[in-house]
Amino acid sequence: MNIDSVRNGVVIDHITAGNGARLYELLGLDSLTCTVAFIRNVPSKKMGRKDIIKVDGTLSLNLDVIGYVDPAATVNIIRDGELVEKRNIDMPLQLVNVIKCKNPRCITSCEQELDHIVRLTDREKKVYRCIYCETKAN
Amino acid sequence: MRSLIDILDLSVEEIDDLIATACDIIDNPDKYAEACKRKKLATLFFEPSTRTRLSFEAAMLELGGSVIGFSAANNSSAAKGESVADTVKTISCYADIIAMRHPKEGAALVAANNASIPVINAGDGGHCHPTQTLADLFTIYREKGRLSDLTVGFCGDLKFGRTVHSLINALSRYAGIHIVLISPEELKLPSYVKKDVLQKNGIPYTQTTDLEGALPELDILYMTRVQRERFFNEEDYLRLKDSYILDLKKLEKAKSDLCVMHPLPRVNEISVAVDDDPRACYFKQVLGGKYMRMALILKLLKEASV
Repeated sequence: MNIDSVRNGVVIDHITAGNGARLYELLGLDSLTCTVAFIRNVPSKKMGRKDIIKVDGTLSLNLDVIGYVDPAATVNIIRDGELVEKRNIDMPLQLVNVIKCKNPRCITSCEQELDHIVRLTDREKKVYRCIYCETKAN
Repeated sequence: MRSLIDILDLSVEEIDDLIATACDIIDNPDKYAEACKRKKLATLFFEPSTRTRLSFEAAMLELGGSVIGFSAANNSSAAKGESVADTVKTISCYADIIAMRHPKEGAALVAANNASIPVINAGDGGHCHPTQTLADLFTIYREKGRLSDLTVGFCGDLKFGRTVHSLINALSRYAGIHIVLISPEELKLPSYVKKDVLQKNGIPYTQTTDLEGALPELDILYMTRVQRERFFNEEDYLRLKDSYILDLKKLEKAKSDLCVMHPLPRVNEISVAVDDDPRACYFKQVLGGKYMRMALILKLLKEASV
């Protein structure tokens, strides 16, 4: 499968196979008008299989979202066809308005203006909880 | 601004200080009779409550302060769609401290984040009820003289019972605590409480559906009501509501110095005949709650004035 190289943009690499779709959705890539490639189950020596997302266009990327979905992923910034920066992502301590609390008894379910905030409560198990009702977010 | 949302917002030392203050209030009520003179407590109750609201109001009045507020959401601007944030911003202009009950979980945190005066969580849905826990701890301390080295049984609705979760959280910080969880399968303590509180703090616990079997080993028995308002399905409520009923016959198997507690209101999970047994401590809990709320109001107002 041939996909053109990114000229000016971002390549999110080493995404755990299966996590790419969630990342694509949470990053809002479906709303971009530039070229976006989402490649699933790419053979990888290190990971066996991985997902890759390529975005050929400038965008403001929420790195916290990547850290939340898949902290093993790497972000490569491409300028004029050259790799100018490679970032490893850590799990964010807090996420604001990325995921909505699903608890129907949570105050966020009835107060529309409230930010939906989740906080990392267990790094080892990657558990995030709503700061209001403490319901597990993932 | 210091508020109380969750019992864990208070350190063990602070809880010790509150208990000491509450004991001093009991011994020297005159000393505190004007401690909150010219201060106003706003009781914002978006959900019906008898005990908690009146306990807060009695506490403030006994400290020489005044009380304003509402006792149901339809008596407030919430009925017009006002947000919790706007309500507490407004109340902050009128009062010195807020005690708030709201049916939605996390509402108290929203209030604390927006108020310019201390907020006391008087219950936010099935989430937290820290002043009930203060009342519970005070009762245990007064009855047993300690908060450590106790076998504590929780019986009934351990799934939705916020008082249970809060008290387990609070007790997990003391040494020598053994927890016995007595409930129907459907109302077991949520696994995250077991993992994040009991297992994380190395608290030994056992789970059973058999109240009578567990009774003989208990120092404290904390009974709870199966709460209709927490169920989405009326059939489930009706099936589970009478799972456990404590009566004098069952109490024959218990220790002579067992302390029977209940956050109240009870429906029929404790027989009225038990009320005359010296081991019944649930009305002492109510009284203790008032003294602990007095101690808490004093503490938060003092910290707010610094």
